[in-house]
Amino acid sequence: MRASWAQGLAFSVAALLGATAMPAHAQGSLAISITYLEKKAEHPPTLSNFDLIPDDEGLAGARLAIKDTNSTGKFLKHSYALGEVVKESGGDILAEARKALDGGPKIAILNMPAADALAIADLPEAADDLLFNAGAYDTALRDDKCRRNMLHTLPSRAMLADALMQFLVKKQWTRIMLVTGHYPTDEALGEAFRNAAKKFGVTLNADKPWLADADIRRNAMQEVPLFTQDADYDALVAADEENQFATFFQYNSWQPRPIMGSAGLMTLAWSPAMEQWAAIQLQDRFNAFAKRKMDSIDYASWLAVRSVGEAVTRTRSGDVAAIRAYLLGDQFGLDGFKGSRLSYRSWNGQLRQPIALASRDALVTLAPIEGFEHENTELDTLGLDRPETKCTGME
Amino acid sequence: MKARTLAATTALCLLTCASASAHWLYVSNEKDDTLSVIDTETNELIDTIKVGERPRGITFSGDYKYLYICASDSNAVQVYDIAAKKIIHDLPSGDDPEQFALAPDNKHLYIANENDALATVVDVDSRTVVAQIDVGVEPEGMAVSHDGKWAIVTSETTAMVHWIDTATNTLIDNTLVDQRPREAQFSADDKELWVSSEIGGTVTVMDVATRQIKKVIDFAISGVSRDTIQPVGIRLSKDGKWAFVALGPANHIAVIDRATMEVVNHVLVGRRVWHMALTPEGDKLYTTNGVSGDVTMVDVASQKPEKTIKVGRFPWGAAMLPKDKIPQ
Repeated sequence: MRASWAQGLAFSVAALLGATAMPAHAQGSLAISITYLEKKAEHPPTLSNFDLIPDDEGLAGARLAIKDTNSTGKFLKHSYALGEVVKESGGDILAEARKALDGGPKIAILNMPAADALAIADLPEAADDLLFNAGAYDTALRDDKCRRNMLHTLPSRAMLADALMQFLVKKQWTRIMLVTGHYPTDEALGEAFRNAAKKFGVTLNADKPWLADADIRRNAMQEVPLFTQDADYDALVAADEENQFATFFQYNSWQPRPIMGSAGLMTLAWSPAMEQWAAIQLQDRFNAFAKRKMDSIDYASWLAVRSVGEAVTRTRSGDVAAIRAYLLGDQFGLDGFKGSRLSYRSWNGQLRQPIALASRDALVTLAPIEGFEHENTELDTLGLDRPETKCTGME
Repeated sequence: MKARTLAATTALCLLTCASASAHWLYVSNEKDDTLSVIDTETNELIDTIKVGERPRGITFSGDYKYLYICASDSNAVQVYDIAAKKIIHDLPSGDDPEQFALAPDNKHLYIANENDALATVVDVDSRTVVAQIDVGVEPEGMAVSHDGKWAIVTSETTAMVHWIDTATNTLIDNTLVDQRPREAQFSADDKELWVSSEIGGTVTVMDVATRQIKKVIDFAISGVSRDTIQPVGIRLSKDGKWAFVALGPANHIAVIDRATMEVVNHVLVGRRVWHMALTPEGDKLYTTNGVSGDVTMVDVASQKPEKTIKVGRFPWGAAMLPKDKIPQ
């Protein structure tokens, strides 16, 4: 435990138990500081009101997790505090990060586009830090662009795409039409769907870009049948991270076919529709805390804080290197309310986790889908397995 | 609505109640808002009782006249009169009651309020809240020692066992266990406390006198992924020989030799096994299988599953009414 951590931090540890509480075999107090760094991504205007991005997306998850983690911490004399830095898109997050990460090993959550996260990971100030990527789906961050000081609580696009393809194989809906938007994030997701289709033997009967930038809400019924009528397929998979068209393709395709991916049956880290596996407890707690529903970005930040809490609780240490080693070791397991024990892949720092396949109002299933087997854990059928990753230097 | 249920059960009782040769197993069906009643002689469903929303924990009063039901989404503990075959009143329970335990004084009910990080103590006679105790996040499991001295709450997100002194209803100690602790059970002699950790995948055995951990039991079933081994329900046989642990989505129960604290067998039951109940003789163990919507009867001597009984949607809790307590 470094003294510098505690400097200037105000901890709001709720003294819920009053004077009668005694710590459980306490060994000395620890004050853990986590910095939440956010830079808003640039997005085109949102068309559907369902897709509005909350102002505190990500941050609310981190804040709730601090509260949750302090509930254990108060019994052990461990306290957790969150420093918060939020910049609008175009803001200079790097300068802020430099300030926040200066002076000894630090723990930080990064909710920002991949390029900014990488720039922070490469700062000399961050060399011995423990960073959690909780905002960038980019598979490359878990592959050739991985960093020793960065773990990932958000799933990669590869994991999301693999989950959907497993579902399609299970359903025997193995001929798809892929439609990809024209934003870079859409194209990256489209590429992930192509790779996953190949991996699981799903055929792309059509692979088309959606280039229109007219407001699709007014013309979907004219445009979409024409756009979809020249191919035969079982399901239409839309790569539309920016929410510009996929939801309006529903019920407008030439043939009666389900839409999946970015709309319809969505592939998600977290869905407000999840209630099984005690998820309802987390949903209720988040709803009461943030006055809105939890999404995948909130969940990723929540997981980052919870990971730190679990490592500190079990190791009784605030040492950043010790926390990192514990997180990447075999002993670590995290309750993520998705029915499995979550752990980190030692080869690229990705948190293993089930992926939700859900409509807006119902969970259809969680992947890995039954029947997709793996010698170690079925969770490693999603995303980059050890032989597939080009990441080196994590272990 | 209630009248109709009463009429139906009375009619049914004419056929079955005359011969109370078997114990009755009560099972709460979480997603059906019902209880299923099973005759343990024929192992058949003999009754279905409409109750409050999302019934989970169920337990009998000491004299077996009443069944207490945690109706989680009704935010109530309902009191079901076994002889009258109806719910006679609700107890104030605090918000979202999940599990509870009745103190041996047959008067104080300790209830875990999952959404509020509270344990509520209710006087079942005066129907008033006696105390509320702050505990960790998502309190779940509840147990009161047979000598009445300790009440135990487990809190899932906090990953702790909270020790409450029942004389003062204050929290006096906390023990860190593996992730998502669920059920707590005292041994018959109150010397050991057994706690399951659903996500940690373990059972922790504690020495009650010192409140120290004696042993952490791990589970491994060949061909079953470790991630799916999620211990929840625990039952300790009265003779002190066996501990049974329900392993959730691993679809098995583990049989543990109490003397060595080693797992000696795994018994395949239904899908997502939650909780269990033993007959008073200890010869039959019943498991509630949430996903498959049924109950498995396991013969304790042979440690083999012998019968599957279809019940309602998502069976969860289980409680046994001994045959000599069945109203004639």
